[in-house]
Amino acid sequence: MDETPVLELRGITKQFPGILANDHIDFDLRDGEVHALLGENGAGKSTLMNIVYGLYSADDGEIAIKGKRVQLSSPHDAIDRGIGMVHQHFMLIPVMTVTENIVLATEPRTGGVLLDYSAARQRVLELSKRFNFAIDPDAKIQNITVGQQQRVEILKALYRNADILILDEPTAVLTPQEATELFAILKDLVAQGLSIIFISHKLNEVLDIADRITVLRRGKKVETIPREGATEEGLARSMVGREVLLRVDKTNARPGDKLLEVEDLRVLDDRELEVVRGVSFDVHGGEIVGIAGVDGNGQTELIDALAGLRKPAGGRILIGEKELTGASAHVRLEEGLGHIPEDRQRRGLVLDFSLAENIALHDYDKPPFSRWGWLNPRRVIERASRLLTEYDVRGGAPRTLAGALSGGNQQKVVLAREISRNPRVLIAAQPTRGLDVGAIEFVHKRLVAERDTGRAVLLVSLELDEILSLSDRILVLYEGQIVREFSPDVGEEELGIAMTGGRRGEAAA
Amino acid sequence: MTDVPPDLDLEPREPEPLAASPTAYAPSVAERLAILQRAGGVIVPVMTAIFAFLMGGIVVAATGHNPLKVYKGIISGTGLPWFVHFGHHHIDIPFTHHQVFFWWDTSVANNDAYNLQQMLIIATTLTFTGLAVAFAFRCGLFNIGGQGQYLIGVITGLWIGTKFSGMGHLPHILFAVVVASLAGALWAAIAGFLKATTGAHEVISTIMLNWIAYWIGSWVFGQGGPLQNSFNKSLPVSNDVVPSAKLWVIWGNPALQALHIGFLVALAALVAFWFTLNRTTLGYEVRAVGFNPEAARYGGISVAKNYVVAMAVAGMFAGLAGVMDMLGYQYRFGVLDVQTSQIGFIGIAVALLGRNKAIGIGLSALLFASLLYGTSTRTLDPSVFPPTLASNLTWMIQALVLLFIGADVLILYVWNARRKVLRAPRAPRPQPTGSS
Repeated sequence: MDETPVLELRGITKQFPGILANDHIDFDLRDGEVHALLGENGAGKSTLMNIVYGLYSADDGEIAIKGKRVQLSSPHDAIDRGIGMVHQHFMLIPVMTVTENIVLATEPRTGGVLLDYSAARQRVLELSKRFNFAIDPDAKIQNITVGQQQRVEILKALYRNADILILDEPTAVLTPQEATELFAILKDLVAQGLSIIFISHKLNEVLDIADRITVLRRGKKVETIPREGATEEGLARSMVGREVLLRVDKTNARPGDKLLEVEDLRVLDDRELEVVRGVSFDVHGGEIVGIAGVDGNGQTELIDALAGLRKPAGGRILIGEKELTGASAHVRLEEGLGHIPEDRQRRGLVLDFSLAENIALHDYDKPPFSRWGWLNPRRVIERASRLLTEYDVRGGAPRTLAGALSGGNQQKVVLAREISRNPRVLIAAQPTRGLDVGAIEFVHKRLVAERDTGRAVLLVSLELDEILSLSDRILVLYEGQIVREFSPDVGEEELGIAMTGGRRGEAAA
Repeated sequence: MTDVPPDLDLEPREPEPLAASPTAYAPSVAERLAILQRAGGVIVPVMTAIFAFLMGGIVVAATGHNPLKVYKGIISGTGLPWFVHFGHHHIDIPFTHHQVFFWWDTSVANNDAYNLQQMLIIATTLTFTGLAVAFAFRCGLFNIGGQGQYLIGVITGLWIGTKFSGMGHLPHILFAVVVASLAGALWAAIAGFLKATTGAHEVISTIMLNWIAYWIGSWVFGQGGPLQNSFNKSLPVSNDVVPSAKLWVIWGNPALQALHIGFLVALAALVAFWFTLNRTTLGYEVRAVGFNPEAARYGGISVAKNYVVAMAVAGMFAGLAGVMDMLGYQYRFGVLDVQTSQIGFIGIAVALLGRNKAIGIGLSALLFASLLYGTSTRTLDPSVFPPTLASNLTWMIQALVLLFIGADVLILYVWNARRKVLRAPRAPRPQPTGSS
């Protein structure tokens, strides 16, 4: 193998007003390797790669491709030199076909003006076959899955003869199965001579796919290490700069009174199909009950029904002794329900509101935050600044708009609001989705702490690890029904089988 | 992680430094964002207006007239030059016989003062109709029904204002104002109610309500209609407002359509608008629903209730516009007025240019009032500009403003491009940017 790296960055520095995003970063990509770029949100990974892709220009430092110094001042330059980038948010036109999207801006033409669709299609088919993509070149983007759309983005780069591929957090939008398929494709690509930069903040997948790993922290390079010998704990420490507890430290649960009871609950989805089909369970104070399941088995509708955001079609919901089956979200909040919603940006926060206003979302209409319909902004802000400190929300003052925070800090704001209300029952839906290790540790610690103060915690998550490490009891939701109950020492494999509807060794739970 | 799409590189955005950054960064990030928003908030409407006037000027030039002369004519028509004529004058102290020194000439004989009063009267109405659009907008509703709500205010205001002649001055006015604004509120609330219960889109339902109000107006003021005048049965207009219901005059000659107290009410309404939105739980709910109805619902706020309430408040403002216009300015209304009145629709432009903010609405109401009055045939010198062309110019500039408001991304783009050009010599780029 050629010893010259296909891509080499020396002393890349990029200053944004108020922050040094990249501070003299050295980085090299060898021929035929997958090199992971690991770091927390805001560590400077995307900035660095945007410089390589010509979207930003570096203030200092140089870039060499196959040993030759280059000047990349636009994505066009980068593409010409064989660099392709797949962004986290795809840049595809939904109403056009796969082929049309791929050849966009570099269409083969007949007679100089007309699109030579069949030639384009032929080329796409060839590429798709060569790399085992299994993509229908005539399908419209809006009709294919997110995983397939991502493959179209990769094909787009390959069509433009990329031999260096940058993937920005490619698994963030994928289901676990799709992620596995992606990894198989990446291995194929490398085997055929491509070199790949893989941006991520997930430790396990980096250890899965990468040959070497470079860790960034606050704009600086911490280290570059080979996969051999790297451990999750070691990587987490370099990323965050301190010891991180990947396993949740908790004592045995001491369950108290029954605080949440669900009886034969039936819920319809937006298409009027029954997706929660007779679910019964209860959660006691002082325990965490985890609901495991593959996405789309009725989790969202179950949570909505519990929170009062969707009317159940049948069954009963009780908080404490009180039946709240038909009660509004407002009443449930009053009765001691806390709800960390699945989608913090769509539901959990009003992004155009300040943090203080967001924290007041449930009690803006109660003293001391308002009297006789008049808000008391001073009180709202005072309380917010206290909670922001207590929950270690960084990058925001009470008057900062919620939309300006990173995902992890946004989630801390939601957590602060829900927990500070002192709920008896806390529903945590996907509480760590999209967060990096440091923030995940924080959320997990906090949930266990809330359990220990006697709250009933219902955890709904798609992450097996999270379910296994936090729950005191595990319920498996499959096709709208609770099919099994496990204790937390169940094996991952057995749980996985139950989640996919397997019936092996079924016992009365 | 966010990444900047290559074609929308407005400004190197903050690369989410928040998660890992020390708290020392926090104020700077928050401040920068706030400044950017504030800048975008002021720059866009100002540039919008400037662009519209520039384009209007081009059209004027194309008709073979001098745009500078025309705009000068419009400005002098608005009475604004009144402000630049300082002198030794006196002003009455209200409710006394004393006079004190004042810089400007407030005498009724001053022509500029008269024009200014007329302009401010129109600005008063536009402020109300602008607020009617803006309040609904802050709840995420597009209220196209300002015109219909205004007509309902006109009809109920005239009904009370032309009758009950035995009442005292203050009770009569209060009676008319309260009933008319409630009527406007109820009228608009119909659209809010339909949206809340059936999901009927407010744009459709308010337009339909506009037509219903239009035909109600045509009927009540028309021949044989319940509010038709009592002196000439062939004339489809109302009676005049009786003296006990006429608004107090605060400036000018009461015999010549002077500035009425509604102007102060409009200023108070702007303040009330800001306070309601920012300092009350009602405003909190309205804004939450406007920004993100799903999050509001999750937070325990009734979205349906707020649709009704926000439309009602909006209709109240439009109803006030109608009643103030009747009791303080027009005193009568006819079928022809029902057919030609546009003031409620112009409120949409006022609210959009004012970005649905109190100060913005006040300023853009002044701008549109200046345009409307400055180009009206009675103020423009026909030797400078043919009067018909003048009022067409008003419509054109209004249309251009609306067009450019829709294109605020374009304007921000132009603004940033300008900044990039200015910065170019210092940029570390050795060659001009490519296709990015």
